[in-house]
Amino acid sequence: MTAVLENPATESPKPEAGAVSTFDVTLRVRRYNPESEHGEESVWDEFTVTAHGTDRVLDALHKIKWEQDGSLTFRRSCAHGVCGSDAMRINGRNRLACKTLLKDVNPDKPITVEPIKGLPVIKDLVVDMEPFFASYREIMPFLITSGNEPSRERLQSAEDRERFDDTTKCILCAACTSSCPVFWTDGQYFGPAAIVNAHRFIFDSRDEGATQRLEILNDKEGVWRCRTTFNCTEACPRGIEVTKAIQEVKRAMITRAF
Amino acid sequence: MQTHQYDVVIVGAGGAGMRAALEASGEARTAVISKLYPTRSHTGAAQGGMAAALANVEEDNWEWHTFDTVKGGDYLVDQDAAEILAKEAIDSVLDLEKMGLPFNRTPEGRIDQRRFGGHTREHGQAAVRRACYAADRTGHMILQTLYQNCVKQDVEFYNEFYVLDLITDHDLTTEDIEDGAEVNATGVVAYDLASGEIHVFQAKAIIFATGGAGKIFKTTSNAHTLTGDGMALAYRRGLPLEDMEFFQFHPTGLAGLGILLSEAARGEGGILRNSEGERFMERYAPTIKDLAPRDIVARSMANEVREGRGAGPNKDYVLLDLTHLEPAHIDAKLPDITEFARTYLGIEPYTEPVPVYPTAHYAMGGVPTNVAGEVLRDSHNVVKGLYAAGEVACVSVHGSNRLGTNSLLDINVFGKRAGRSAAAYAKTVERHPDLPEHPTARVEAQLSEMRDRPEGERVADVRRALQETMDANAQVFRTGESLNEALADIRELQKRYRNVSVQDKGKLFNTDLLEAIELGFLLDIAEVTVVAALNRKESRGGHYREDFPNRDDANYMLHTMAYRRPTSAPDAGDGHVPGYFDHVEDFGDYKVVLGSKPVTQTRYEPMERKY
Ligand SMILES: Cc1cc2nc3c(=O)[nH]c(=O)nc-3n(C[C@H](O)[C@H](O)[C@H](O)COP(=O)(O)OP(=O)(O)OC[C@H]3O[C@@H](n4cnc5c(N)ncnc54)[C@H](O)[C@@H]3O)c2cc1C
Ligand code: SF4
Ligand code: FES
Repeated sequence: MTAVLENPATESPKPEAGAVSTFDVTLRVRRYNPESEHGEESVWDEFTVTAHGTDRVLDALHKIKWEQDGSLTFRRSCAHGVCGSDAMRINGRNRLACKTLLKDVNPDKPITVEPIKGLPVIKDLVVDMEPFFASYREIMPFLITSGNEPSRERLQSAEDRERFDDTTKCILCAACTSSCPVFWTDGQYFGPAAIVNAHRFIFDSRDEGATQRLEILNDKEGVWRCRTTFNCTEACPRGIEVTKAIQEVKRAMITRAF
Repeated sequence: MQTHQYDVVIVGAGGAGMRAALEASGEARTAVISKLYPTRSHTGAAQGGMAAALANVEEDNWEWHTFDTVKGGDYLVDQDAAEILAKEAIDSVLDLEKMGLPFNRTPEGRIDQRRFGGHTREHGQAAVRRACYAADRTGHMILQTLYQNCVKQDVEFYNEFYVLDLITDHDLTTEDIEDGAEVNATGVVAYDLASGEIHVFQAKAIIFATGGAGKIFKTTSNAHTLTGDGMALAYRRGLPLEDMEFFQFHPTGLAGLGILLSEAARGEGGILRNSEGERFMERYAPTIKDLAPRDIVARSMANEVREGRGAGPNKDYVLLDLTHLEPAHIDAKLPDITEFARTYLGIEPYTEPVPVYPTAHYAMGGVPTNVAGEVLRDSHNVVKGLYAAGEVACVSVHGSNRLGTNSLLDINVFGKRAGRSAAAYAKTVERHPDLPEHPTARVEAQLSEMRDRPEGERVADVRRALQETMDANAQVFRTGESLNEALADIRELQKRYRNVSVQDKGKLFNTDLLEAIELGFLLDIAEVTVVAALNRKESRGGHYREDFPNRDDANYMLHTMAYRRPTSAPDAGDGHVPGYFDHVEDFGDYKVVLGSKPVTQTRYEPMERKY
């Protein structure tokens, strides 16, 4: 199983914003660099940095990169959980480094940081995202309509809009797909993120492509492979009910029976 | 080295770049080059909304929107461009809806609209509901929708490719080019992060859509990757940058972090309070209070803190109070930003006010363009085949201060225009213009020098020093003295930059190397920003000089144009105005020469800006 139970961080009284409490934290980082002396072998490296109360794992990684080892490699951009660049395995669980406060992942012990699983590692924490995006593109992630476009906007009731709200939040970070045991053993499986994005259109009242998408997902590498382990839902940094979305897609497949 | 040929090459896959791609890719062979995966672009961070006078919920029209934009920009806006922005806003929102964007809806099922700072009815009478939105992740939905449509149209992307040089057929940095002479952009040089290989993209038309430069400041709402690349590349190749002294500081960044809490929080009823619990905006903008334009609110906040009415242990921030709003309303309209407060500050916005302070947010200035998106090489000549759109560009629809929700609009309206113009132009060009003999020479030299320098200073140290001096000396309040201090620091840092070294010497995914290159862009952008700010001895919009607190239309109603020139070049450039737009700053190997460009005024006479 992927989820590793952690001791909830010792409850410290919330510091007044602005007051600075510092602590030392050690990160154990999984390194891989084919150009290095280790060649094709992955190794663990430990770094200790001084962190502030509200620092996130990304801050610690930056400190390492900027002050100790410039070759430590990871992706990041927005630094506040909206761009989807920095999903990684932190203490055995997929999370966004920029959204994970150090104090919430038991900084008294070394914090392990590894690349997400199931996608080829390029260097350190960077994986090849192409297979992930390829699955996404396959489910036709765009509005499909027929006939003439209306001259103004299409109408959609607030309830119809609400129907697929949850799955519009996806930032394509791959935390869900790369936490899925089915995906680990079968890289061909579409994976939760692609299904989430199919859901976003299948349940959009304006869309007319549901049948096509359901057919695609009815494939042997489609939704039926999901074994409802809920890893994806736990992993999703956007709080999307991923498993529920997958279940809804399965149900749509049965009820629409084509 | 690999070489590619396209009709249109778009640099940047944010909102502006992808909107352009959707226009160009059907018409001409198009490639989009982006240093990030398209969906990682910072357009996705935009929260509050996109302005358009749809009049779905109350009376509104594009003329009011134009007026608000011009007034909001403290009259430094080119009014012809603002009019286009406001008129085409309506179609650009409808375009997005038709592409699938899940806007929030009114009870009738139409696109819902909400209030935002500076957007008013009847020329300032009262706030108007003009911002179209999708919860507080409008930018996310725009970015996703545009990417989805790029997938649909099979747009070709080169992801995690960094463009590091622009190729033109004349060297604008040294040659003295006559008025009216033809200058062509012929390609770009890019670096493939994954392999470390250099690629040349030969193109008939090139669109820069590389976004902003917020990382010149320490406290910013901008992504780590917003390092002003497109602006710096143009500037290094001798093109001017326009109005760089105008940087917007957004009032409500999470205190100490800079992470943005959208103005939508105030649009939905949030109130700013000082340590005494006073709604202080009533004193500064009696009519529209908390929804005054950003520059005014940001200065008011900074002033409260300066005068000792800041909250918190160090009295260094103010409070954004949402506690009087219904939790259900907050959840429906502001879910993401309230989560930021919870995640990053441990504050529960239902019951506690949120600590906020101004954060560097948006570059009003940039690469000058006309309304077709064509890039200018001085106040009036264009570079053929070169276009720019989005935050990298300056059209100028934002003047000295952008109104909230006008940038998501800008990227759509002018992204579309640039895409169309570029494709149309590419069709008129029979064959690709020739490239110079060694198009990659400069980039290769730059990269190998940086990679091979055995030891030197750390990139992070120089960057931190830059960001600190910019925050201390060129933020919400500026003086001649503070700006001179920033300038002295930047000179010194430019020197230190020549001695930085990277530890990663490899070819594969070398982000250490690219961070060093990006630091070079930041230094150049900070340099122009400060020189332009020193020159503008007045206060207007986002640029506030305590030593010159008033707007001075008689002398400064002009756009600043900043050029980097060799030291041997003449000091008086295009648009030179003795005594006002005549600043020259020597940097040893080169100098920065300032000139100007007239502001286009059509309907609206400049008035005092009161809210
Ligand atoms: C937190 C936040 C909230 C905001 N909210 C709003 C709002 O509610 N309403 C509003 O109107 N505006 C808002 N804005 C402003 C608005 O979002 C931005 O100005 C706008 O999205 C910029 O879009 P862009 O396409 O120009 O740039 P970006 O989306 O930043 O895209 C830049 C692109 O250029 C690429 N790039 C950069 N350099 C290179 C290079 N060297 N080589 C190759 N590619 C490169 C990047 O990979 C990226 O794809 C907000 C901004 C922020 C930061
Ligand atoms: S569903 Fe959640 S975890 Fe999966 S890709 Fe989208 S945002 Fe990431
Ligand atoms: S850096 Fe953007 S999600 Fe973490």
